Amino acid sequence: MENKSLKGWLYLLPAIIFLGLFMVYPLIDVFIYSFEEGYNSASQTYNGIGGYNYSYILHDPYFLQAVKNTFILVVITVPLSTGIALLISVGLSSIKWIRNLYQTVYFLPYVTNTLAVGLVFMILFKKTPYTDGLANLILGFFGAGPIDFIDGPYWAKMLVLCIYTIWVVMPFKILILTSALASVKQDYYNAAMVDGTSKFRMFTKITLPMISPMLFYLIITGFIGAFKAYSDAVALFGTNLNAAEMNTIVGYVYDMLYGDSGGYPSYASAAAIVLFAIVLTITVINLLISKKHVHYV
Amino acid sequence: MNKTTNFEKIEKTARLKKNIQNVIVYTLLTFWGIVVLFPFYWMVLTSIKSYSAYSSEFIPKFFTLSPTLENYFDAFTAVPLAKYFLNTIIFTVSTTAIMLIVIIPAAFAFARLNFRGKNLVFTLFLALMMIPNELVIITNFTTITNWGLRNTFQGLILPSVVSVFYIYLLKENFAQIPDELYYAAKVDGTSDFKYLLRVMIPMSKPTIVTITILKVIECWNSYVWPRLITDDEAFFLVSNGIQEIRENGFGRENIPAMMAAVVVISVPLIILFLIFRNKIMEGVARGGTKG
Repeated sequence: MENKSLKGWLYLLPAIIFLGLFMVYPLIDVFIYSFEEGYNSASQTYNGIGGYNYSYILHDPYFLQAVKNTFILVVITVPLSTGIALLISVGLSSIKWIRNLYQTVYFLPYVTNTLAVGLVFMILFKKTPYTDGLANLILGFFGAGPIDFIDGPYWAKMLVLCIYTIWVVMPFKILILTSALASVKQDYYNAAMVDGTSKFRMFTKITLPMISPMLFYLIITGFIGAFKAYSDAVALFGTNLNAAEMNTIVGYVYDMLYGDSGGYPSYASAAAIVLFAIVLTITVINLLISKKHVHYV
Repeated sequence: MNKTTNFEKIEKTARLKKNIQNVIVYTLLTFWGIVVLFPFYWMVLTSIKSYSAYSSEFIPKFFTLSPTLENYFDAFTAVPLAKYFLNTIIFTVSTTAIMLIVIIPAAFAFARLNFRGKNLVFTLFLALMMIPNELVIITNFTTITNWGLRNTFQGLILPSVVSVFYIYLLKENFAQIPDELYYAAKVDGTSDFKYLLRVMIPMSKPTIVTITILKVIECWNSYVWPRLITDDEAFFLVSNGIQEIRENGFGRENIPAMMAAVVVISVPLIILFLIFRNKIMEGVARGGTKG
């Protein structure tokens, strides 16, 4: 038995070493960092233990801006992307002809490099001395614009960030929802049809309850993902997000750690823990709400 | 007689309704298809416009009559795109290979071997799945810096090699292989390690392939960690490279050349996707998230 135990641990050893070094230890360390005041990364010394780091970031206008941006992004993109994805998935499930083609196309953004395609979005929306860009061309048809969506007013930039974020997260949502819809048994619909139930009623009384666990899963992962937004913003507005007023909480963490204003792992840790606390709270609220509305079969 | 006409009428209206519904559905789906594809079209289109043609279009044109490959030539000569590419390939291949070497024995231990503390460790592993990367990246950055591994491949690779989720996925798959095979192999005197190599890995090949592809996609697109750990251009991956090109390369205004670089970076994954479409979509549906 002793020999067998040893063997089991031996097989696990590489994984345990890597996880210990790069996940468990950092997890403990980040809490310690966040309470070490006046940490100096060059000499690796600090001058006290306390909550100063938290108080610093909570009074830092850049952090507050990042929190505001992140919340706006979450509130706009999560409901919109889930709604549109549901609409498209229902449409997809009702057709047969070239359905596979549509599915393949819809999944493409998932496998593309966020940074690279972000550049394309930037060009579509950017206004330069040489051209107003395609987005402004379309706006022009409606007699509006031109607006610089990349270096212009706050809401114009936020709009582009939301559009790009939705574009990026849609493939995953459509994929999950179409497979959820496909798993609803035809029997239920047949029974409803015999009763002469209207299409709309079938959707709200059969489809929605049946896919509610998956829908709920998408909403939770959507919230978590949107709270961690960062590379989409970098792709559109460049690495100096503070200057562009478009920083996100994760962006703030990385800027504090390393970047133009970097070298403050304590502030970065405090910000990361605040982010984690926000995400945890939202997830718990989601779980509580879902108890009322999600039907597990 | 009267009744039949009624039926026909009902059938006619039903068919009409179905047709209208189809038109609406296909219009919606096609519209979204265009939204998805348009940026790709625009990037390819812009990449084959010559710089002078592009700059002279105050109103952008939706097609070009004089396509050129000059931008692709620029993309590889004016900036070290080939170097970024090579770095990304080295990073992706090594990370994925080391990951497989680490997670396969771990999954095997959880699925097949019995040892004291197994359930406890497995629970701890599962708990780690909930830890967001943002929380551990700060210390990892310090660790790698202290080890003097900034701007090295080791520094890039080491923190990314273990994924608890993939261990879990593989363990579930290993557990489905019938016990009888194991006992039969034992009777024949096969060692555990040999059994893993000769029986379990071949039988779980589909899952291993799926994991490999998902990891390759993740590596190819990773941006945050490489950005933190490299500031020497010689170690940039494509994501950092494209950011560098955007901010310093070509001169800010040479957008066609920039788009050529974007096309070059995007193509390998799109090809991979078209080949392994079903595997990728199935793998992602089983629990991938856009990270």
